[in-house]
Amino acid sequence: MVKIFRHLGQRTLNMIQEAGGMVIFLLEGLGLAFAPPFRPRRLLQEIYKIGGKSTLIILLTAAFTGMVLALQGYYTLRKYGSEGALGAAVALSLIREMGPVLTGIMVSARAGSAVTAEIGIMRITEQLDALDTMAVNPVQYVVMPKLLAGLLAVPLLTAIFDVVGILGGYLVGVVLLGVSSGSYFASMKQSVVALDINGGIVKSLVFGLTIILVACYKGYYTEHGAEGVSKATNQTVVLSAVLVLAWDYILTSFFM
Amino acid sequence: MIKIVNLVKSFNGQVVLDGINLELPTGKITVVIGKSGVGKSVLLKHIVGLLHPDSGQILVDGQDIAYLRGASLRAFKLRLAVLFQGGALFDSLSVYENIAFPLREKTRLPEREIAQRVRERLTQMNLAPEVETKFPDELSGGMKKRVALARAMIQEPEIMFFDEPVTGLDPPMTNTVFHLITKTHQASGYTALMVSHDIPEVFSVAHQVAMLHQGRIIAAGTPEEIQSHSDPMVQSFIRGEVDFLEA
Repeated sequence: MVKIFRHLGQRTLNMIQEAGGMVIFLLEGLGLAFAPPFRPRRLLQEIYKIGGKSTLIILLTAAFTGMVLALQGYYTLRKYGSEGALGAAVALSLIREMGPVLTGIMVSARAGSAVTAEIGIMRITEQLDALDTMAVNPVQYVVMPKLLAGLLAVPLLTAIFDVVGILGGYLVGVVLLGVSSGSYFASMKQSVVALDINGGIVKSLVFGLTIILVACYKGYYTEHGAEGVSKATNQTVVLSAVLVLAWDYILTSFFM
Repeated sequence: MIKIVNLVKSFNGQVVLDGINLELPTGKITVVIGKSGVGKSVLLKHIVGLLHPDSGQILVDGQDIAYLRGASLRAFKLRLAVLFQGGALFDSLSVYENIAFPLREKTRLPEREIAQRVRERLTQMNLAPEVETKFPDELSGGMKKRVALARAMIQEPEIMFFDEPVTGLDPPMTNTVFHLITKTHQASGYTALMVSHDIPEVFSVAHQVAMLHQGRIIAAGTPEEIQSHSDPMVQSFIRGEVDFLEA
């Protein structure tokens, strides 16, 4: 019994230590954004790697999500004779919840895992040490541009997700199921308010920063060779997906 | 002059360096030999500032580098270069970009001057100009080591560190790398610390040899002195005798 409590206590302490480590890592990373030398090219490269390369998967996920929402929403709303509110239902679901959350999870799966693997390999092959011995701060050179890229790219990807999702919903609701095009957009315009959009933006900023922070931290502190990189990559995907959902609940409770 | 005084380092309660005392004479190559896993690379990483000692001092020109921070630590790092065991080439950059990297980061030289210096180093390392567009994963082990040496040498360091520079190379390439180290040392006269277990090849490049065993320097002297050292552990290592405790 004592053993179980000791084990649980140790696990809890480790988690608190890791959370503290991540906060310090984040502050160091963001703080270095204001210290010279500035490398705008590195930031653009990372925006392309994290944002640009995730666009296709976001387009696909968004289109199918919007289509499914329209399909489900149509048959539910029809029971109450409210098919005209389909546009509002699709748009609100996407802008408030599905857009930021699914973008976050997809970015975590595609870019988060890639970031951990890249930094982890740099760690085990001593590339980070090489930077350090060349008087180049590895956090400033490798981590900071990725954090900024996450902050910039994820909200943009979320906006793309929302728009494509609404168009996917239009395709199913209006083109296939016969809802009036005018009522699809009119109900959307009537129901969606600035708070919904602002909430979505705040969520996507927090998710973007969380995903890339976890990815960079896990990669930077990778140990034990190739197996360590594989473990760190796995932990990144699981932890960032769980954190996205946890943050979603916390932020939703603020915006409701 | 680099002086290591009573350096102690433990990992998870296991003592790796147990009071290291060693002097690296200016302008000379000092080679630390010893079995694999004995802590040679740990010692090197302390001197380049990648690890911090539990206790003891690493004095460079009388200044303890373990306590350097900020601009003074950066100034110290600008004086040194490291050839890592696996080369540590940046795999997202081409050979040219790898070699040019320290100049682009540390200096404000125009790109034309950088290009000229990169080509000079490629020639010095007997590397063909076509190599410069290749990426590290397209190179053989020996080429990677030579590109890494070119990247280190382009910084014109005062102090040079070699971490197992010939591990995994075939005998001709081992000799080539040692020849290039000797050649670059003659050209620039840097102070060097090399950690290696390649006996007897290291005796050809070393001015001073020290043997690390069980966390301590058990013998130090010229290559000739070490080869005729009376300590049975030193002789056993040099002769490559089977370690019955590990076998």
